[in-house]
Amino acid sequence: MLNNERYIRQMILPGFGQAAQDKLRAAKVLIIGVGGLGCPALQYLVGAGVGAIGLMDGDTVSRSNLHRQLLFNESDIGKNKAFVAAEKMKLLDPEISFLVYPFQLSNRNALDYIGAYDIVIDGTDNFAAKYMINDACVLLHKTFVYGAVSRYQGQVSVFNVTAGKGRSLNYRDLFPVSPARGEIQSCEEAGVIGVLPGIIGTMQAAEAVKLLTGLGETLYGRLYNYDVWQARSYEIVLSLHPDVTEIDQDSFVQADYSFVCEDGDEDIPEINVREFNRLLQEPNVFVLDVRERHEFPRIDFSDAQIPMSELQASLETLPAKEICVICHQGIRSVYAAQLIKTRRNLPVYSLKGGLTAYFNQQGI
Amino acid sequence: MAIEILFFGSLTDATTVGRLIVEDVTDTDQLKTYLMERYPALCSARYFVAVNQRMIQQTESLQPGDIVALMPPFSGG
Repeated sequence: MLNNERYIRQMILPGFGQAAQDKLRAAKVLIIGVGGLGCPALQYLVGAGVGAIGLMDGDTVSRSNLHRQLLFNESDIGKNKAFVAAEKMKLLDPEISFLVYPFQLSNRNALDYIGAYDIVIDGTDNFAAKYMINDACVLLHKTFVYGAVSRYQGQVSVFNVTAGKGRSLNYRDLFPVSPARGEIQSCEEAGVIGVLPGIIGTMQAAEAVKLLTGLGETLYGRLYNYDVWQARSYEIVLSLHPDVTEIDQDSFVQADYSFVCEDGDEDIPEINVREFNRLLQEPNVFVLDVRERHEFPRIDFSDAQIPMSELQASLETLPAKEICVICHQGIRSVYAAQLIKTRRNLPVYSLKGGLTAYFNQQGI
Repeated sequence: MAIEILFFGSLTDATTVGRLIVEDVTDTDQLKTYLMERYPALCSARYFVAVNQRMIQQTESLQPGDIVALMPPFSGG
């Protein structure tokens, strides 16, 4: 018999009632990452009466967590987050069952654990885990509630709602290619204001309650961005990316999700026009033009043109040769060269001053 | 013709501004090139583009008054 007194204030909402409460009680939610996002999401899902909650986190509580992970206190420092969180939540509602997974998600365990739940809350703090959760949920046809923060801004959305026809929107429709080793963007050491993950994680819980009860309107198909410093929100209607294909189980298990945070400043040798002219005679040098397609002048001495905006997705098409990157002024080409160096580890040069310098000197 | 550009998240590390008004760009490809020349660090940044709060998948022409958002991924939690 459900303890209705506990949930009465939500059950009296028009349209909610016993039926919605029963759906929450029958639901199984997996929270991956019990930190800044996962803690508030967890507290509100327990409050709402979700029947079974899985908690996955291999981290221990540290003092620097406490400004935003308010479920924990000083006496929890050094203890596993998933264990501590479950113990505290049992005090809030002893009728809810908690399953504790005191380790990190990997592509070896993801399918087993995610497969046992109805929906997933992404409370993780790194791209490797976010792509892994996305790909596992796509494989298993599970919906997940995405959340992430960066300094003063947070994002929330709902991905992979499988009820409709055709392919469902997922995280790779926004960002198809996972970050490479050495990409600065994979480091989120930039700091965060404590209240922000509280807001975003709470929004994730709200999305989960709507998904589980079938009530209200979810953020599926929309990315919600909240800027706590400006007190502004911005919403973007999402669409399917044409290049995203569904991953299969074998490639998921074999994929390397262990991209780590590294310094992206590879030293790129810059060559002058005289050296460039000499390189043009070398058969083993591949000249890559990274200007956008509409840029002039057209040239006939490059081996390929891959605009900077498309390079990330096309890196695998580059031959295993020495690469000389050129652009209009020799600025973009350095960035392109860094990308090629970190992702393909090929010998790579950039033409200093770009085609502007080249044509200036050819004219002399 | 004035187009308003909004830079979200860590993209402002590259641009130093969150908002920019650009004149004389006719489509999103031209805008991207302009932005990459003006803020070279954007070249290596990852983001998707939305025009008037709708994500685009290919180049789109721009009209005066359009608002273009560059949205990067966030990974903090």
